[in-house]
Amino acid sequence: MQIKSLDELKKIRENSLKKVNLRQTGESDSPHTEILVGMSTCGIASGARETLNALVEEVNNNNLMDVKVIQVGCIGLCHSEPIVQVNRPNEKPVVYGKIDAQTGREIIKEHIINGKVLDQYVIDADFARP
Amino acid sequence: MSNYRINIMVCGGTGCLASEGDKVIRNLELILKARGYDKEVQVVKTGCFGFCEQGPIIKIHPDNVFYVKVKPQDAKEIIDEHIIKGRKVERLLYEEPNMQKKIEEHENMPFYQKQLRVALRNCGLVNPEDIHEYIAFDGYAALGKVLTKMTPDEVIEEIQQSGLRGRGGGGFPTGLKWKFTRQSKADQKYIICNADEGDPGAFMDRSILEGDPHSVLESMAIAGYAIGADYGYIYIRAEYPLAIERLNVAIKQAREAGLLGKDLFGTGFNFDIDIKYGAGAFVCGEETALIHSLEGKRGEPTYKPPYPAESGYKGMPTSVNNVETFANIPPIILKGAKWFSSIGSEKSKGTKVFALAGKVNNVGLVEVPMGITLREIIYDIGGGIQHGKKFKAVQTGGPSGGVITEKDLDTPIDYESLMGIGSMMGSGGMIVMDEDNCMVNIAKFYLEFTMEESCGRCTPCRVGTKRMYEILQKITDGEGSMDDLQNLKELSHMIKGSSLCGLGQTAPNPVLSTMHFFWDEYVAHVNDKHCPTGECTGLAKYKIIPEKCVGCTACARVCPVDCIEGEVKKVHVIDESRCIKCGACFNTCKFSAIVKP
Repeated sequence: MQIKSLDELKKIRENSLKKVNLRQTGESDSPHTEILVGMSTCGIASGARETLNALVEEVNNNNLMDVKVIQVGCIGLCHSEPIVQVNRPNEKPVVYGKIDAQTGREIIKEHIINGKVLDQYVIDADFARP
Repeated sequence: MSNYRINIMVCGGTGCLASEGDKVIRNLELILKARGYDKEVQVVKTGCFGFCEQGPIIKIHPDNVFYVKVKPQDAKEIIDEHIIKGRKVERLLYEEPNMQKKIEEHENMPFYQKQLRVALRNCGLVNPEDIHEYIAFDGYAALGKVLTKMTPDEVIEEIQQSGLRGRGGGGFPTGLKWKFTRQSKADQKYIICNADEGDPGAFMDRSILEGDPHSVLESMAIAGYAIGADYGYIYIRAEYPLAIERLNVAIKQAREAGLLGKDLFGTGFNFDIDIKYGAGAFVCGEETALIHSLEGKRGEPTYKPPYPAESGYKGMPTSVNNVETFANIPPIILKGAKWFSSIGSEKSKGTKVFALAGKVNNVGLVEVPMGITLREIIYDIGGGIQHGKKFKAVQTGGPSGGVITEKDLDTPIDYESLMGIGSMMGSGGMIVMDEDNCMVNIAKFYLEFTMEESCGRCTPCRVGTKRMYEILQKITDGEGSMDDLQNLKELSHMIKGSSLCGLGQTAPNPVLSTMHFFWDEYVAHVNDKHCPTGECTGLAKYKIIPEKCVGCTACARVCPVDCIEGEVKKVHVIDESRCIKCGACFNTCKFSAIVKP
């Protein structure tokens, strides 16, 4: 396709951004939301990969540029896997347990977009160390 | 599904490819496919990260983890551990030598902390063979802005205001060069990108072309609009095959996207680019010689004026700009001259890329704001001198520059201050030398280079550099006299004053500057027939200390001319008359029984 105006360039830019929005640039130290997914053996065995992919898909579908989905290891609550933790800037981290692909999508819709914590899935994980 | 959740960026610069970076990429892709993760994880071959010492380099997004010295066989562990299970591969993380601490994020590495990447902004961040990734990071937006919202004079004004100066070494204000070329009346004008990077040790232009070719294409079109040219040439040396390949891909993609060719952004402005290959002559970095080579003639300089801005390629007004200069243009247009001129020192604005090489721990490509001190570059970014040795000097400006010693390490770097201490900015080569480097030998090395690269057009340079080299050879062979030093000085001033172009005018600089700072070393070579560092093999006298020799016979066995005699468990002796000073015995002896002077 030939680009013939600034608007067309902008359109291509927006479509291409999805391809690169995972990458941190030197300038992007702006606060962003991190969604951490436990992807150790326990997580994978209980379906964390499906959850993770659903989260990524939903983030992309909603054009959430300032959200990063990051896989992490086991946090020691293997009975509650798949575990998803949401870190929003300046807020206390929220840890969800037993999140399948469907509830993962719900988290994006309710918590990430609308800012409403899904209490029924929250598990008690206190990060404060004595 | 094109929604990748992980991007594995693998450095695809020449440095990392030379250490099997391409095999790393292939293995990563094969294993991802075998594990069924190839739809979720993308491997991207990107441009140079600059940390060439530690290559091949891999960066994983969004985890923000930086792996160094990755071997093809490490691909399996990276996929199985990091990608599938989210566990970092500790042993591949960079370990900071001073703190002995592993560092995950490259932002936290001392090598990157003092850097500011403008010209190298996309290197390591985009896939250079995908125009869409460049566009995603604001690519071609500057061209669009210039064509649709600015007049050529406004563009030139903006560049002039920014204070950008030629990064090829001359430091001529870029905006002024464009202004002169715009003012010349002609039916046809040209833009030339000088990618004939010839300074030994400098490789920033190559890395920019390999890692971010579109930024150069975009800037050339902007320059074309500013001066009134509709055609541009990239003059690149043929020994940069990877850069040429990426440029060709980039030009093809830009044409397909309508960003090169006719009627750009529907404004009626036409611009196209062709690549011309040079054979790698150093003199062709000089703009008039470059233009002659481009015209199919001998690569020889001619007297200026007329400057290319009046009469350049095919006698038409031409603006010749360096690759790194071009790479700075789009950010200036998008962020404004004020932003750019807020970086740097009073007379030198913006950043400069340096190729850090020699006896420094972190060899690589660094981009720093002008005005930073050499000490910060060598010790903070470069990690200090290898093997804890003592710093002796740093050579900047390549064969045209000079050495800088300990006492000037705190000089802020810009065009003027480097000139002030007897060196020059040049294209940004920075070669660090330690106590083991002989300064006479260094001067000889650069003279040999300029002697061979002299095009032969003018006598002072053609004959003069040859004579200087011969004298230096005599001195390092131990046959020099004090008269030779005097002659060397006289010749230097004569060549500087009477050569036709920059090559000859600057060729004696390494000699003059080493003589200035290390006169004692020259005198030692001449009067005492002694090389203080032992680097000049012609002057070396290897001796065995009888008290330390245990008679292990190791030295006698490695001596290629069998000039070491002695029996097992008895003291050995070197026959100096037959010794060829190769140093093999010195390197072999485990008992420090062999000394060189």
